Amino acid sequence: MEGTHMNRTPTPTDTVSTDTASADASGGSRWEELVTAALLGTARRTPSGIPAGREAPTALLDAAAVETVRRRAGMRPGRAAARVEPAPADPRPLLPPAAARRLAMLLADRPGTGGGSGGRRGSAPDLMELLPQWLATANRRGFAPRPEALPSLLDAARGRTDLRPAVLAFAGPRALWLARLNADWRFALRSTPGGGAALPGPGEPDRIRELWEEGLFAERVALLSGIRARDATAARELLATTWATERAEDRLMFLDSLRTGLHAADEPFLERALADRSRNVRATAAELLSALPGSALAGRMAERAQSCVAVDHTQGTPTIAVEAPHECDPGMERDGVLPKAPAGRGERSWWLGQLVEAAPLGTWSRRLGGRTPEEIVALPVADDWQGELHAAWCRAAVRQRDPSWSRALLGVPAAPEAGGPGAVSLAERAKLLGTLGAAERADWVAGFIAVHGLSEAFQLLGVCTVPWSGPLGRAVVDALNIARDAGSYPWSFSGVMGLAERCLDPSEAPHLETLTAIPDEPENAAPGAGSYWAESFQRLVTTLRLRAAMQRELEEE
Amino acid sequence: MTQQGVRWTADQVLALAPDAASRKAGSKLGAAGPWSEAGSTDEGTVWGLCRGSGSRPYRTVIDIADSTGPAYKCSCPSRKFPCKHALGLLLLWAGEDGTVPRGQVPDWAEEWTEARKKRADDKRAASAAGSPASGDPEAARRRAERRAEHITAGAAELEQRLADLLRGGLATAEQAGYGLWEETAARMVDAQASGLAARVRELGAIPSSGPGWPVRLLEECALLHLLDQGWLRRERLPDGLAATVRSRIGLTGSADGPPVRDHWLVLAQYDTSDSRLTTRRIWLHGAESARPVLLLSYGAAGRAPELALPVGLALDAEVSAYPGAGQLRAALGEQFTPPAPTTIRPPGVSVAQAAARYGEALRDDPWLDSHPVTLGRVIPTPDGDTWQLADADGELALPLTPAALSGSGLWRLVALSGGTPVTVFGECGHRGFTPLTAWPEGPGEAVSLC
Repeated sequence: MEGTHMNRTPTPTDTVSTDTASADASGGSRWEELVTAALLGTARRTPSGIPAGREAPTALLDAAAVETVRRRAGMRPGRAAARVEPAPADPRPLLPPAAARRLAMLLADRPGTGGGSGGRRGSAPDLMELLPQWLATANRRGFAPRPEALPSLLDAARGRTDLRPAVLAFAGPRALWLARLNADWRFALRSTPGGGAALPGPGEPDRIRELWEEGLFAERVALLSGIRARDATAARELLATTWATERAEDRLMFLDSLRTGLHAADEPFLERALADRSRNVRATAAELLSALPGSALAGRMAERAQSCVAVDHTQGTPTIAVEAPHECDPGMERDGVLPKAPAGRGERSWWLGQLVEAAPLGTWSRRLGGRTPEEIVALPVADDWQGELHAAWCRAAVRQRDPSWSRALLGVPAAPEAGGPGAVSLAERAKLLGTLGAAERADWVAGFIAVHGLSEAFQLLGVCTVPWSGPLGRAVVDALNIARDAGSYPWSFSGVMGLAERCLDPSEAPHLETLTAIPDEPENAAPGAGSYWAESFQRLVTTLRLRAAMQRELEEE
Repeated sequence: MTQQGVRWTADQVLALAPDAASRKAGSKLGAAGPWSEAGSTDEGTVWGLCRGSGSRPYRTVIDIADSTGPAYKCSCPSRKFPCKHALGLLLLWAGEDGTVPRGQVPDWAEEWTEARKKRADDKRAASAAGSPASGDPEAARRRAERRAEHITAGAAELEQRLADLLRGGLATAEQAGYGLWEETAARMVDAQASGLAARVRELGAIPSSGPGWPVRLLEECALLHLLDQGWLRRERLPDGLAATVRSRIGLTGSADGPPVRDHWLVLAQYDTSDSRLTTRRIWLHGAESARPVLLLSYGAAGRAPELALPVGLALDAEVSAYPGAGQLRAALGEQFTPPAPTTIRPPGVSVAQAAARYGEALRDDPWLDSHPVTLGRVIPTPDGDTWQLADADGELALPLTPAALSGSGLWRLVALSGGTPVTVFGECGHRGFTPLTAWPEGPGEAVSLC
C-alpha cells in the first residue's frame, strides 16, 4: 500500500466507482487494460507485465487489487455544480420546541407512514384530524416551522388537498423554494399564485397593472380578490378597465370576486352587467344587486314581489294571500329572473320564488301591516303557498344576511316541527344559522339537541364556532350520555363523536372523566356496548387533553 | 454535568421504535389520557400505569440510564420491543407537560430496577474475576486451530473459483447469475468464514446492478482475492493488519482495547437488515478524544436490536475498541450518565479533506468502503439527476451515494440548508457521500437524516 498516498491518481469523480477517461494516462490505461482482460478472460487476453511464476488469472487479480485500492485512495472531489439561489428568509419566529415536537407527532400519524391501524378506532386519538386545528393556531400565532419538518408537511399536503392552504401558509417561503426542486411537490407552486412570488402591494400600481394585463388567469383572480379585500373600489375599477375584452367564463369568475366587500357603489357597474351578452353573467349581476337592499334592481323586485303577496282580512284571522305572477316579462328577465322552470315545477310558483328571494326583506313589514318578521312568519298562508313563500324568504334571509328574519324563520329550537316551518330543510337551517352571531347560533343548536337529540344535529353542529360554547358542549355530551343509556352502539354516533373530539372545549375534559368508566349493562342494551362507549369517551377525553396541550404549547413564547 | 430536568425530544424517543407500526401506536399513547400514577427520577427511571382494553392497567417502567441503552419492562403481552406503552410513556415524559412529575419510584417498578442492577453487578463481578471457565485453554486453542484450518481451506477454494472466473472472463458471470455465487457463499459458511461468505454473496448481485458492472465486479473480486491472500499470509503481516484481516474474514475478536472514557456524542443510528439479521450501526464522536467510534448491535430479522442511543445526545461513558488496524468498532462499557442533550458538535472539514481522510483510512484497511467524516460549511446542490455536497467557500463537491438519493433524508437535509451552508456528518467512500446527520449553521439541534 506504500506510495498510494503520494501518487494520487486523479480519477473522474462524478461517479467515483467507474472509470471513464482518466486524466492520468498511465494509471487509467493500466486499469482499462485490466478490465478488458478480465471481461474477455485471461484465456483469450493476457494482460502485460505478469511476473514470472504467477498464473495469469492470479496475476490479473494481484494487479487489479493494487489498482482498485490506488483508485479509491486517489479519489478526489469533483467540481461543484451551479449553486441554487438560497431560500428567501422567513421573518416569523420559530415554533417553540414543544410545539415542534407535537407537530412531528401529528405528522407521524399520517396514513401510509405506519402499519395498518385501520378499522376500529380504539381509545387513541386520531392525530391527523387534529392537524387542521394545530395549523390554524400556529398560523394565527404567526410561527414558522423548523425547516427539517417541511418535507413531512409537504407530503401531508400532497395527500390531502383540504390541508393545502393551511399547510402552505404555515410552511412559508422555504417550502415553495423546496417545491421547485422536487417534482412531487409541484402542487405547492400551482396552489400559490405566481409560484410563490408575493402579490403586488398597494404602492405598486405598475406591477398591479402589468400582472392584471399579462398574468395567467389564476394569478389575475388572486390579484383581484387580494385588492378587493383591502380596497373594494380599486378592485372594481381595475376590473372595469378590461371588462369589455374579457371572455365570458372569465367575466363570470371576476364578477364573482366582487361578492367580497359588496357595497352600494358597485351598483352602476353591476347594472351595466345586467345587459351582458352572457346569461350567467347577467344572473350573477342580478343576484349581487338584489343583495344590495338600496339598489334599483332590489326596488324593482320589491315592487313585483309585493304585488303578489298581501294580507287578506276578509277571513276571521288575517291570512296571507298569494297571487303568483302570470308571465315573466322582459323586464323581469333583464333583472335576472329565469323564465324556464325546472322539470316538475309550475312556472308561476317558480317565478314567484325568484321575485320573493330577490326582494329586500325590509319591504315586507311595510307591505304586511307593520308586522315583525316573527308575526309575518306566524301568519297562515292561503292555498298551500306557505312552503313556496317561506322557502323563498329563507333564501332571501341567507342572501341578504338578515339575522332577524333568520331568527324568525328558524323559530324556537324546541318546536316539535324542529325549528322551521314548512319546507325548511336541515341544509337551509344550517345556512340560516350562519347569519346569526356565534353565541346565538350555539344556543339555538344546543336547544335543538336538547329536544331532538343528535340524529339530525351533525349538519347544524358543523356551522358552530370551535371550540363549542359551554351550553352547546354540555348539550352534546348529555345527548351522548342519553344515547348510551338507551343502549345503542357508539358508532351510530361516530360522526358527532368525531366532531366533539375536534370541537368541544378542552376545558370540559374533567367533566367527562366519569363517562370513561365501563358501566353496568342495562337489560335491553346491545351486548358489549358499554365498553365500546367507555372506549369512545376515553378517546374523547384523551383527544381533549391533547388539544389542550397543543394550545398550551403554541401559546408559549 | 447534571441531568436535572434534561429530557429527550419526541424524535429521539420515536427513534427507539422497532418499526413504523409501533411508532404510530406509541405516538397515540403519548398523551395523558390513558396514563395514571406516572413519574420519573433524575437517575433515569420512568414509570406509569396505562389503561388498555383489559380491566387492569399495564405497568410500564423504563430505565433510560442503563449502560446498554434504555431498558424496558411492561406487563402487556406485546412481543414488540420496546412496546407501544413504553414508547408512549417516554413521549409523555419527553413532552414535559407535568404528567410525568419527578417522584418516588413505586415498589413494583423498584423491584425490577433493583433486579437489573443486581444482575449487572453480578455480571461485572464475573467479568472482573476473569472470563467464565469454558474448558481448558488447551482445548480452546485446538478449536481455534481447527477453525483456522477450515478457513484456510475455504480461502484456497475461493482463490480457485476466482481464478476460474478470470480465466473464462467476467462476461460469463452475467449468465451464471446468483446460483454460482450462492453455492460458493454456502461453502464459505461451511468453512466458518462469514466475512468471506458475505462478500461472495454481494458478488452475485453485481452483474445485475446496472451499467459499469464489470468494473465493480473486477474491483470486488480483486479485493476478495486480496483478503484471501492476506489470510493465507497472515503470519507475515504486521500485527494490526493481521487483526484487520481476521476481522474482515469473520473472526471477530473481543473488544479488549483499553477503556476510553469521554463524552460521547451520538452522531447517527441506523439499521440495515437482510433475511436473517437486523444490524444497527451507531456512530459516536468523542468530545475530548475527537475519536470516531462505531457501535454495532444485532437483532433477529424483523426485530430491533436492543442497543439504542438517540441522535444528538451525549453520554459520559467508556468504550473499548475491537482489535485491528483502522478498525473503528468498539463496545460500549460503563455508562456514567444517561444520554442527555448537548451543544457539542463534531468539528467539520472540507470536502477535499474528507476524500483524503478516506484515502488515508485505506492504508490501514484496504477493504474499507467508507469512512465517517463531518463536513463543515457545505451546501447540498442539485447536479442533474443527482445531488452533491459542495464546499460553501470553494469550488469542490462530493457526490451523494445512489442510496442517499432515494430516502427522505435528502429532503430534510435540503430543507435544513435552504441553499446555505450546513454541517453534515456521514460516511465518505468510493461510492460517494452518505449524509446521516446535519446541523444548521447557527444554533440548532442535530437533525437525523436516516
